[in-house]
Amino acid sequence: MAQTTDISFKPETFELIQKITKRYPDGKHKSALIPVLHIAQAEFGGWLSPQTMDLVAEVLRLKPIEVYEVASFYSMFNLQPVGKCLIEVCRTSSCWLCGAEDIINHLEQKLNIKVGETSSDGMFTLKAVECLGSCGTAPMMQVGADYHENLSIEKVDKLVDGFRQENKQSRYC
Amino acid sequence: MSRKLLLKNDHIPGIAALKTYKENGGYTAMEKALKTMSPEALLEEVKTSGLRGRGGAGFPTGMKWSFLAKPEGVPRYLVVNADESEPGTFKDRYLMERIPHLLIEGMVISSFSLGANSAYIYVRGEYFYVSRILEQAIEEAYASGLLGKNILGTGYDLDIYVQIGAGAYICGEETALLESLEGKRGNPRIKPPFPAIAGLYGCPTVVNNVETIAAIVPIIEMGGAEYAKIGIGRSTGTKLISASGHINKPGVYEIEMGLPVEEFIYSEEYCGGIKGGRKMKAVVAGGSSVPILPTELILKTAAGEPRLMSYESLGDGGFITGTMLGSGGFIVMDEDTSIVKNLYTFSRFYHHESCGQCSPCREGTGWMEKILHKILEGKGTLKDIDLLWDIQSKIEGKTICPLGEAAAWPVAAAIRHFRPEFEAYVTNPESIKDVKHYYRLNPTV
Repeated sequence: MAQTTDISFKPETFELIQKITKRYPDGKHKSALIPVLHIAQAEFGGWLSPQTMDLVAEVLRLKPIEVYEVASFYSMFNLQPVGKCLIEVCRTSSCWLCGAEDIINHLEQKLNIKVGETSSDGMFTLKAVECLGSCGTAPMMQVGADYHENLSIEKVDKLVDGFRQENKQSRYC
Repeated sequence: MSRKLLLKNDHIPGIAALKTYKENGGYTAMEKALKTMSPEALLEEVKTSGLRGRGGAGFPTGMKWSFLAKPEGVPRYLVVNADESEPGTFKDRYLMERIPHLLIEGMVISSFSLGANSAYIYVRGEYFYVSRILEQAIEEAYASGLLGKNILGTGYDLDIYVQIGAGAYICGEETALLESLEGKRGNPRIKPPFPAIAGLYGCPTVVNNVETIAAIVPIIEMGGAEYAKIGIGRSTGTKLISASGHINKPGVYEIEMGLPVEEFIYSEEYCGGIKGGRKMKAVVAGGSSVPILPTELILKTAAGEPRLMSYESLGDGGFITGTMLGSGGFIVMDEDTSIVKNLYTFSRFYHHESCGQCSPCREGTGWMEKILHKILEGKGTLKDIDLLWDIQSKIEGKTICPLGEAAAWPVAAAIRHFRPEFEAYVTNPESIKDVKHYYRLNPTV
């Protein structure tokens, strides 16, 4: 049984979740799990803590294990805390051929962290990820829902400086 | 040979909006289908068109539709596969972003023919912004009576929903996609039963690629027989090609099947030749999983015939001297490219994306990545190359889903065509010093 958690969704989020579950036939509300995990991740700090996953289980009337096993399968769900602004740079073939490693190395230097790490002020997490379907506009990075393409060092500098200035929070939804 | 069916209105500003789409002939094929044709007649048109699945497998679409079980009182589903994740492929993203109503129109026609009243578009999670574009287009269609109850007064009902994934290449495999859509891990199912018998929620389901469903619109517009006249042989119609790598004009191109590969790469109409006037070394013609071919074999078949952009011509010579059209993800590499390093990026990808269900794939993909890393570091031996060959041969054909093949084929082809380069890495590193492991950003070249 799902444990009652001491966190809850905002009322408007709860309403949105109820709306999403109506996309599926009666009794098939488990289908809402992935969309709801995205929403939960956005609402609770950009990652899925066990507490957040338990809340999702409770709201969708699922066993916690059904939520954990799905959350741990998909690469967009962060099971550890991440920085406020998550920067994901593609490194697969076409992006590599077009200089993705230059982008990654530059970001490591600029943010003073290695791939997979979070900056000490908690602002940035840097990830190297697999193909994001932006091969014709390589190299690229994704920040929240935004695709930043045809990157150059100058463009990256401008973007990152901008993120810092606006205290950007990366979000998918 | 320029022939545009899907992207013919791509240049029109605002074509993503319903109003502009309709002003340019949009939704007339749907009206024709729903008002003047029966579901069976539509299926016949699709069969006659010779359309083959555009996601990569190339299976005849009409035949796939005809397998759909139709038990009384059981709902049927159409699921559109928009999980586009094959490295080198970005055409579905382009199509959905630019002309979302083409997909929706194709879905209404297809669902009507299949007898489905609910349809889902499964979009990869990273394409979140694309899902928003689709949702907006769907809302417009509902508001104009093109979706929902009693569409265009015909009595036909259809609801379309957008579902987002969360980052998993494997969900492009149709049964993994269905698992994911049911809110589970994306583990492919053992087949049979095929989705046509037991798919989404155990009900009969057709899963088709975005481009496949979009192609239904011109097929119904012009008739299957006319569509079949376009293209070459059993490769009918047009195909969207995602071109990337070391070319002057990367992007999405719609080509008529049968276009010579050489023309595609070098003409100004398409890729515009190799960047910086350099020579070409190799091409991956259909997404990361298809065999890489060296220049001489991508431009000409082993028999010396010009290679054409079609299922048959690219497949000519099997895997010994040929490749596959696949998803149309066309990655071009210049003369300096390290084939071993490129392969390493593929193997790392497949290791990351293996769902872990079958041991040959779960373990084998990791071993291949590690061995390639060792070779790249200059610590490899000749035996490692044989070991790589051995591992890939023991993954192929031994897994529940084709991710095993997708991971094995690129390794086999790279060794088959570029073995001397692998050997140079372990025996004579000096001889490959000009090969690039590291591509610098250099937008001016």
